[in-house]
Amino acid sequence: MIQFDSLQAFLVMEGHGVHVWSAYLVSLALMGWMLVSPRLRRRQLLKLIKRQQQRERLLQQQNGE
Amino acid sequence: MFGDDLWKIKLSMWQKFKQWFHKMGSPRWFYQASGRWLPWLSLVTLVCLLTGLVWGLAIAPQDARQGNSFRIIYIHVPAAFLALAGYYVMAIAGAIGLIWKMKLADMVMKSAAPIGAALTAIALFTGAVWGKPTWGTYWEWDARITSMLILLFLYLGVIALQYSYRSVDVANKVSAILALVGTVNIPIIYKSVDWWLTLHQPATIKLTEAPSMHPDMFKPLLLMIVGFYAFYALVLILNTRVEIISRERRTQWVSQLLVERAG
Repeated sequence: MIQFDSLQAFLVMEGHGVHVWSAYLVSLALMGWMLVSPRLRRRQLLKLIKRQQQRERLLQQQNGE
Repeated sequence: MFGDDLWKIKLSMWQKFKQWFHKMGSPRWFYQASGRWLPWLSLVTLVCLLTGLVWGLAIAPQDARQGNSFRIIYIHVPAAFLALAGYYVMAIAGAIGLIWKMKLADMVMKSAAPIGAALTAIALFTGAVWGKPTWGTYWEWDARITSMLILLFLYLGVIALQYSYRSVDVANKVSAILALVGTVNIPIIYKSVDWWLTLHQPATIKLTEAPSMHPDMFKPLLLMIVGFYAFYALVLILNTRVEIISRERRTQWVSQLLVERAG
């Protein structure tokens, strides 16, 4: 059963709310970042590789002429 | 005759093992296989963490002595678990890379370092916030806390070494050695609460004993631990996949993959 009578009580947690919620929020933020950062790195990497390939193709064309 | 057959079976088993080992070592195989695992891992992570979160925060009874501040355990203990398990992953991957020159192992080692550092930081932060209402202080140079801080520095050291050398091979070798030397710290962390009876309480969960916790409090903790393991595997795979693309970008299969994605 739920231990708290109201949302207010849930947030305050009999005076321990600040500790509990800051611990949870900071952890969730860090874990969220852990999930997002590989996706961001992947996107950057794909862009980089694409640019490299284009440059190489250009060089090949110039050499071919 | 019989001895001959046995020998053949043994030989073929060894061959199978070697095949498996090589397959595991192939970045291409890992990239394709892990792509199939990701949806399931995400599902398990999401379900366990969400259920555990609601259960731990709202439904589990409060602790008789600590009140509601005890709810921090549902983050603190799983994060500390995975901070330690993650160090094994990093050190073992480093050793495999060092001994068998397996490329995939090096990539796993590199990917494991920032994840482990973040989890150690979570364990330290939640521990500090928990310490204030429980012990009356955020920080104490207690054996457990100090050895966890050393763990954080070991992770940061591996990350720093990865960026300190122009040659990828040298960077991998040096960081693998640091990771292996640092394993000395792991038993110290485990035993610190028994060797030095300081502030930090002894382990709540031991594999060999029944938990010293009421089942109503313990069940959500178990769920969170499973969730954190799945989360760890998920994040490690995501990071390793990026690393694979980065280091294998010159190969046929990666360029084909990129073309398929673009088209």
